[in-house]
Amino acid sequence: MKRATRELLLDPLHLQNPITLQVLGICSALAITNKLETSLVMCGALTFVLVCSNTIISCLRNLIPGSIRIITQLAIIATLVIIADQILLAFFYDLAKELTVFVGLIITNCIVMGRAEAFAMANPPGRSALDGLSNAMGYNLILVGVGFFRELLGAGKLLGFSVLKTVSEGGWYEPNGLMVLAPAAFLIIGLFIWVQRWLSPEMNEES
Amino acid sequence: MELVNIALKAIFVENMALAFFLGMCSFLAVSKKVDTAMGLGLAVIVVLGITVPLNNLIKNCLLDLGALTWLLGDQAADIDLSFLGLIAYISTIAAVVQIVEMAIDKFSPALYATLGVFVPLIAVNCAILGGSMFMAQRDYTFAESAVYGVSSGVGWWMAILALAAIREKLRYSNVPPSLRGLGITFITTGLMSLGFMIFAGIQL
Repeated sequence: MKRATRELLLDPLHLQNPITLQVLGICSALAITNKLETSLVMCGALTFVLVCSNTIISCLRNLIPGSIRIITQLAIIATLVIIADQILLAFFYDLAKELTVFVGLIITNCIVMGRAEAFAMANPPGRSALDGLSNAMGYNLILVGVGFFRELLGAGKLLGFSVLKTVSEGGWYEPNGLMVLAPAAFLIIGLFIWVQRWLSPEMNEES
Repeated sequence: MELVNIALKAIFVENMALAFFLGMCSFLAVSKKVDTAMGLGLAVIVVLGITVPLNNLIKNCLLDLGALTWLLGDQAADIDLSFLGLIAYISTIAAVVQIVEMAIDKFSPALYATLGVFVPLIAVNCAILGGSMFMAQRDYTFAESAVYGVSSGVGWWMAILALAAIREKLRYSNVPPSLRGLGITFITTGLMSLGFMIFAGIQL
């Protein structure tokens, strides 16, 4: 594999991770990760929207006038998000209800806008699709990681199956109620960032 | 009384930033200094206060099931355009943001100097779209949505101001190198969010 392609594929997973380094798309990473299942659905929806929007915007990049590019991009992204939202409502109604407004909020998820603006507007469709896919994977990695720890420690379960048997079911594990609440998401992502930057000190910020 | 409840709930119990994590990207990126946080917070209040009631009108007069009867007569009673909600709301927001920016520029150059740079940023702030979507989900009336828009903006403004103040003090602390910047900001926000949990059980 050529070096440029490898960087395109692998950088967003760690060194250029959209959440922990580019600080994009944090809202959903925090809000819907209290269960692994909802995290996975969100990952699927975002991957679909990001790959499609990058490809479409890249195909149209020479036709979009510079002065109205933001609203054009928003229209394309909004259409894709409506498609994803309607598919979820049609086939996974209960999950879609649990995700409430957050599927719709993919429109303003800055990863999608950010990659469209920074990459798809300047590169051919094939590379843009790859860039969309790898950034989505970087996002999915963090989301699944956070969802894993929050569900495991907060309820002793994974995907609804009991892993650590809780006290209320006659086991030994006392669930950590904090983990299913909002603050835990911040703390876990903060710790992720710490570990990641400790492993690769070149990501550290000057203070 | 109902309106006061909605306001208090939107500011404290369901704080946009600390309970729903909306507008987090700009919340973390623009909270390095109190001055800039103040500017962005005020801009969010203005834009939320305008777009939420406006989107409420669009929803009730154009998109809901049978909402078009005032325009097209009885034959429109079973037209349901609510699946277009998302694209309608985001277009309204983008348009309002543009108009607000031009209006501020025209009528108050002093205000534009402090607030101007933040206004375009706001079009893609998810707190704004989130406000409209919660309004749609909870079926607020026009008055309720106006109160909800302004007060959820106030809640967001308070939260970003508090975080900016903490971050200014944090500069003098000895944080581990890998945690500096983004990492410690996340943990600070987590602790602030923990503090806001005390409002969680309050029934008004």
